[in-house]
Amino acid sequence: MTLAPILVLAALLFSLGVYGLLARRNAVLVLLAIELMLNAVNINLVAFEAMLRDSLAIGQVFTIFVITVAAAEVGIGLAIVLLIFRNRATANVDDFSLMKW
Amino acid sequence: MSDWFSEPANWVFLVVGLGVAGSALRVVTSKNVVHAALYLVATLAGTAVLFLLLSAEFVAWVLVLVYIGAVVVLFLFGIMITRAPIGYDASLDNNRRAVAAVVSGALFLLMSWAAIDFFGSEPLQGIGEGTPTELLGESILGRFVFPFEIVSFVLLAALIGGITVARKDATPAEAEEQV
Repeated sequence: MTLAPILVLAALLFSLGVYGLLARRNAVLVLLAIELMLNAVNINLVAFEAMLRDSLAIGQVFTIFVITVAAAEVGIGLAIVLLIFRNRATANVDDFSLMKW
Repeated sequence: MSDWFSEPANWVFLVVGLGVAGSALRVVTSKNVVHAALYLVATLAGTAVLFLLLSAEFVAWVLVLVYIGAVVVLFLFGIMITRAPIGYDASLDNNRRAVAAVVSGALFLLMSWAAIDFFGSEPLQGIGEGTPTELLGESILGRFVFPFEIVSFVLLAALIGGITVARKDATPAEAEEQV
């Protein structure tokens, strides 16, 4: 088994995440797209670990860190979406122009 | 190419990879919010199988527990609470889909070109051998104990922050009553 096909799959997942981030209007779906991108990073880390096989398994350790941070990010992100929905009665990111000048 | 197909691990990768790519595509194109979240489950399950194939068992099960078990459930709660249009809805996408497709397509071509160019025939080691969880534990609580503590602090801060942000504030009249 070689490394390149796995990296191409991860690149595909990352690009699909970028597409979702740019094309979606619903804030929850934008968060889903961000999850796809983080998942692509995880695949890359594990694949490089399988190539290098260092004595500390650094790739897998950092995958666990990324998963933890992603979980925290989803919690905060959904809390913010919920708050904006409560104040503005919409979850469309196009309508959030509060910080535009 | 016939070499590539003679290895069973490559067949598993081909099937799982096609499944992951297809369901990831459905995550970003589905017209139904709940379906998009459920396709994310399929993507993550495929990723977990890929991790098992790359002999990262512990990480694969962490992915299943944390992502499929907790994060997707959180997403479904978010969909229900924000009353996102459940069922078919055409207004989930904005009108910049063509630009988004061009940008992500260019990004994919660039990244896959770089991956093939630099790591074209780099072999993977220890496929099917498994990483001992003991090694991961010693690594996390030994060399990486400081990042581990920082990540635990981040989780605590996210927990408190999530509660604080999402909590319903009392109206001035209610606040006066409580005093």
